[in-house]
Amino acid sequence: MVRWQKKAVAAVAAVALAAALAACSSSGGKQKEQSSSGSGGNVAGTPRMKVALITHSGPGDTFWDIVRRGAEAAAQKDNIELQYSADPDGAAQANLVQTAIDSKVDGIAVTLNKPDAVIPNVKKAIAAGIPVTILNGGLDRWKATGALGYFGQDERIAGQATGEKLKQLGAKKVLCVIHEQGNVSLEARCQGIKDKFGNVENVNVNGTDQPGTQATLTSKLQADKSVDYVVALNAGIALTAVQAVKDAGSSAKVGSFDMSKEMAKAVQDGTVQFAVDQQPYLQGYLAIDAIWLYKNNGDTIGGGQATLTGPAFIDKSNIAAVLKYAEAGTR
Amino acid sequence: MASTITSPASADDRVSARSLGARLLSRPEIGSLVGAAVILVFFLITATPFRNIDNTGTILYQAALIGVMAVPVSLLMIGGEFDLSAGVAVTTSGLTAGILSYQFSLNVWVGVIVALVFSLAIGAFNGWLLMRTGLPSFLVSLGTFFILQGLNIAVTRITSGAVASNSISDMDGFGAAKAIFASEFKLGGVTVKIIVVWWIVFVAIAAWVLLKTQIGNWIFAAGGDAAAARAVGVPVKKVKIGLFMAVGFFAWFTGMQLLFNSNGVVQSGEGVGKEFLYIIAAVVGGCLLTGGYGSVLGGAIGALIFSMVQLGVVYAGWNPDWFKAFLGAMLLLATIVNLVVKNRAEAR
Repeated sequence: MVRWQKKAVAAVAAVALAAALAACSSSGGKQKEQSSSGSGGNVAGTPRMKVALITHSGPGDTFWDIVRRGAEAAAQKDNIELQYSADPDGAAQANLVQTAIDSKVDGIAVTLNKPDAVIPNVKKAIAAGIPVTILNGGLDRWKATGALGYFGQDERIAGQATGEKLKQLGAKKVLCVIHEQGNVSLEARCQGIKDKFGNVENVNVNGTDQPGTQATLTSKLQADKSVDYVVALNAGIALTAVQAVKDAGSSAKVGSFDMSKEMAKAVQDGTVQFAVDQQPYLQGYLAIDAIWLYKNNGDTIGGGQATLTGPAFIDKSNIAAVLKYAEAGTR
Repeated sequence: MASTITSPASADDRVSARSLGARLLSRPEIGSLVGAAVILVFFLITATPFRNIDNTGTILYQAALIGVMAVPVSLLMIGGEFDLSAGVAVTTSGLTAGILSYQFSLNVWVGVIVALVFSLAIGAFNGWLLMRTGLPSFLVSLGTFFILQGLNIAVTRITSGAVASNSISDMDGFGAAKAIFASEFKLGGVTVKIIVVWWIVFVAIAAWVLLKTQIGNWIFAAGGDAAAARAVGVPVKKVKIGLFMAVGFFAWFTGMQLLFNSNGVVQSGEGVGKEFLYIIAAVVGGCLLTGGYGSVLGGAIGALIFSMVQLGVVYAGWNPDWFKAFLGAMLLLATIVNLVVKNRAEAR
């Protein structure tokens, strides 16, 4: 290297260093993150167990992350080794149940959103003497399998409760946004709202395509000025709907199902009026804890009936209490 | 020490027999075979349930779900084309049989046969459109992929009012069809699903066709250089349409497995993304994207690798978040190994 090149390199390095130092943010970021108060502390003195949690989640889904955290918390407390696995494909999820049987686990918690594919292997597990709990989906099918209990929300009831709420809020016409074509629980939610409220129009969007969703909702709101409430069925779509309402120059308000960090903030700011929470953390927690109770004390939760984890309404009146948990990623 | 020096008889090196090692190394599936062995040893060490021979059935079943489709997809790739609609075509076939039998209260077998005809027709349509327009198969089958995906959901909703087809498990012929497509039996301590047996049969037949018959030579020729093949009298158009129809046939078979394995119900949204798994299995097994090279056995080994990794991660109790990253890295590694081995073998 000739001398001027060396000088230039040194100068560039100095500038880069200075920029890096000056680029430190005085607010937000990792530094603000408090170590979330996990359920650390005492572990049960019961024998070590291995329990599999098997869901139909696609990779990287916020909702299922919260379910998993709840399950992890119960597992940690109960001296359980938790094995999480998931596959959105029915046959593949059924095969994951089979692998859990092969691994000779002490218990299985499984979602039944694809009941016909998964139930045969659930029955196989129970026949092999492995206690099984069902969470989140399969409300009308779980009893026949002989599982210990069901922890989830009745989507139709949750929808009906939302319909009642919309009546109280004085809504005139509701747009119900289905973000996954062919998902039974989403259809049940919109149907529930219709049961109690009546003037509901469903609209299909592709939930994995945020810009496309925004465009669809904007054009819908521009075309139909009478819509004064948009109900989204997950947190991400609700925040997109808020944008769409702005773009369309509409005065419609937004309500939502399910929580997330951002949703909690939006409810606090008043950009989203309410969120119907099915408490996913609780679903994961109870599904694992129920296995521990059954193994160590012969208990079953729910007395042979489903244990409903929702709907819990979150709005301006009670958001303060929920906010800190949402920020820690457990609500 | 007297020695007589005799010069070796000079042989024409173009016709000399190559050593066994060199011949083995020049097989397309050798890279995947080495990979499969490495992965097997790796999981035998790290995952305890993997060592239990009784669990082989689960791994083979998972492999067969991909592997049955990897057979025609491998052949198609050797023929120089590929089919993005293969994943949803499986669901389409299962839905066709289920919906038809239910709506018209027919014997289940009628639905099964109609589904076969329909699947073959989809394959023929893909092939015909490709040869007719000269468009790349990527585009033609991408169009078919979206059409089928939409039809699956729309037709299911119109007929059953829901997003899954109505159950046909209590209809005539269901038991017999289930026995053929989706039964299981015990072999020692291992539960073997019947599709695993079918898979082995299909691989054997397809490998024989590819390596020992005239049709096999035509497939290689059509994929290697279509114009040259045409010039020496290979019916390229027929071969390619036939290959797409083969994909249709196997999509039908896998679709029937799907239908009869899950109580006569098919979820209409499934199958999307599966087409890439079939292609991955074929590529890991040594098929080239450019056509003219590859093997059916390799595709089968590719499917086995896929299932060993997927279930190995679960058996080992690791976080499944890593599975896809692992799979992608393995795909790259396998293709690079294939390339190196191929170049080495050709250089000898």
